[in-house]
Amino acid sequence: MLSVHRPLILQRMTPVDTSERTLSITVNGTPRTAPAGATLAELLYALELDPRLIVVEHNGVILRDRASFATLALQSDDVLELVHFVGGG
Amino acid sequence: MSSLATVALDLPLTIAGRDFQSRLIVGTGKYATNDLMVRAIEASGAEVVTVAVRRVDLDRKNAGILHDLDPARFFLLANTAGCYTATDAVRYARLARAAGFNEWIKLEVIADEATLLPDPIATVEATHTLTAEGFRVMAYTNDDLITALRLEDAGAVAVMPLASPIGSGLGLLNPFAIRTIKHRLTVPVIVDAGVGTASDACVAMEQGIDGLLMNTGIAAARDPVRMAVAMRAAVEAGRLAYLAGRMPRREVAVPSSPVTGMVGESWT
Repeated sequence: MLSVHRPLILQRMTPVDTSERTLSITVNGTPRTAPAGATLAELLYALELDPRLIVVEHNGVILRDRASFATLALQSDDVLELVHFVGGG
Repeated sequence: MSSLATVALDLPLTIAGRDFQSRLIVGTGKYATNDLMVRAIEASGAEVVTVAVRRVDLDRKNAGILHDLDPARFFLLANTAGCYTATDAVRYARLARAAGFNEWIKLEVIADEATLLPDPIATVEATHTLTAEGFRVMAYTNDDLITALRLEDAGAVAVMPLASPIGSGLGLLNPFAIRTIKHRLTVPVIVDAGVGTASDACVAMEQGIDGLLMNTGIAAARDPVRMAVAMRAAVEAGRLAYLAGRMPRREVAVPSSPVTGMVGESWT
């Protein structure tokens, strides 16, 4: 299992970014890139998100087991929804 | 602050076998700051607080509500606010459950943007689906008896008819409809939405409903913390007045003091 503390460069995808060493993914409706082989846990770490406070929907499937974040390897074209609780009535 | 209604005067609010000491449920939206929100909720005495499910804001690093609201102190009731179809509402409910706090959901399926009135058909459909998946569904609905009965049949653990449209502050527009729903349902009836001030809350509770849910009525007050205290007192006052049983209305005056023994009366 990869450490979630491994530094990771993560940025919004640019039109020129076609490197084979990066993944093109969509996070909350926005195209982004991640290094090939990155796990979901690493992505969340790079986004400075506490996994305990968010819920992840991965390609339409809600991940109810947070332990799976560390082993889920991201693939190109993955679509992620990261949600949390906000104020509401 | 001690509660006016002690256990001796009222029973707890029981929903799906779970007891709550407060009959007031409050929302967490529309506050100027999270600090103000937390202080208002504490002042309200509410145990159940509603929250919404939204995308994490990745650019602004906007912290979720759980950074300020301690989930160990409050029972988090996630809502499906903003959903316009049963499918969307079910998706939001599943996302909320995956947060890992409980299996309860405040189901809202809105039909109309201008009035925010609920879609009764989609709400019944989603109640069926979610109940089958093990959710405890508290269903927001119109003040229509038949829809309320359908929601109960579909498995809702509480039915939550509106007092008036969400955020309108118009108070209880149809006390008759709310009383009718309360009389006919077995599950708790919690009036949700439309309460603007303390008297609205009191009048709603006087109809015999089991509880009251509000957000804007507190959050949009000039002083939300004071209004939270007022709403807490009003919910308890209305509840106790209902339990006490009001005097009959009369179209004529009846003196409270003795009509005999007046000074200067002559003996006859």
